[in-house]
Amino acid sequence: MARSDVQLMMDVKAGDDESFDLLLRKYRSPLVNFLGRMVHDRATAEDLAQEVFLRVYRARKQYTPSAKFTTWLFRIATNLALNSVRDHRHQRMEVSIDAPKNDEDESLPRELPARGMRIDERMIERDRTEFIRRAVLALPEKQRAAVVLHKYEDLEYAEIANVLECSESALKSLLFRAYESLRVQLAPMIATQPVATPAGKGRQA
Amino acid sequence: MKCEEVSKELVTYIDGRTGTGTRRVEEHLAVCEACRTRAEEFRKISMVLDEVPAIEPSFGFDARLRQRIAAQPRRPRFVWFVRQPRLALSMALLAALAIMVAKLPLGNPVARPGSAAVQQEDFNAIRNLGVLENYDVVTKLGALSDLTAMPANDAQPPLRQPNQQPSSDGGNGGA
Repeated sequence: MARSDVQLMMDVKAGDDESFDLLLRKYRSPLVNFLGRMVHDRATAEDLAQEVFLRVYRARKQYTPSAKFTTWLFRIATNLALNSVRDHRHQRMEVSIDAPKNDEDESLPRELPARGMRIDERMIERDRTEFIRRAVLALPEKQRAAVVLHKYEDLEYAEIANVLECSESALKSLLFRAYESLRVQLAPMIATQPVATPAGKGRQA
Repeated sequence: MKCEEVSKELVTYIDGRTGTGTRRVEEHLAVCEACRTRAEEFRKISMVLDEVPAIEPSFGFDARLRQRIAAQPRRPRFVWFVRQPRLALSMALLAALAIMVAKLPLGNPVARPGSAAVQQEDFNAIRNLGVLENYDVVTKLGALSDLTAMPANDAQPPLRQPNQQPSSDGGNGGA
């Protein structure tokens, strides 16, 4: 019978390094995937993912199963990613399309680019996937984390709210604002997208 | 349901996670074109986001991590002790006190008579005395009284015993 994540972590706490390997094999891909969408380069994402596992390993003796293991894991990852993004913000050379200076400015109206302008030029230079990736990266950090955890990690709302240390209502607001931004940034793609499936049928497994 | 309320639920709705709220959202969308358009665009965004492939760890990720774990400084065994400063201080004071108590007899100049240390000290004093001093001391040692006198033809004179007159017959007492 497969052991739960919490049980594996308790075994790691008791000194069983094989259980740590099992957790590593299970979560290295989700973590790299999450961090790769949160930061601007792959090398940093891998470094951060390794740092997450290092912190889990270092904290093994103090581990108490007070929350879901994935909540704990992704909270560490999110905090590391947000710190990294803030630390390297000044180094970024990319010009964000309409990202605000910080999360406090999210409520302010933004200067939105006109639909159809320059976006097509950018699309010539970059391929479609890269364009979408950059649109997500242009979101304010907390909105970005909400979208990535929701869309790519498929965590439940309650768990994402726990990871981001906010209420479920605040999480829904974050997602709404993020989708509103993406609606503008990805406008050319949305226009060419076929009519979607009926409500509630589009969720990925 | 107002547009503002529906807007917050739209991502949840297109996700199929609104649960019991689904019917209320759909009722609103049926009568509000703006929200219906927004919902449709949100759904398309969700589909566009699906186009980005997953990012996989590079080859050697595990090996690098194990190297980093192996390079971690080992935690000191008594780190728990350091985390309890009061206990650590108490233990340090006790240890200092124990050392002081242990050193007390060594610092006392009054030696116990008959001890091995005293005997050794006496022996060293005697051995290091000059010749003249040595003579007096040696001749007064009670332990030497049992020694027999040396033969007459010996180059050195016999030791004079304390409280004994020198005899003319060589010290044998005559027979």
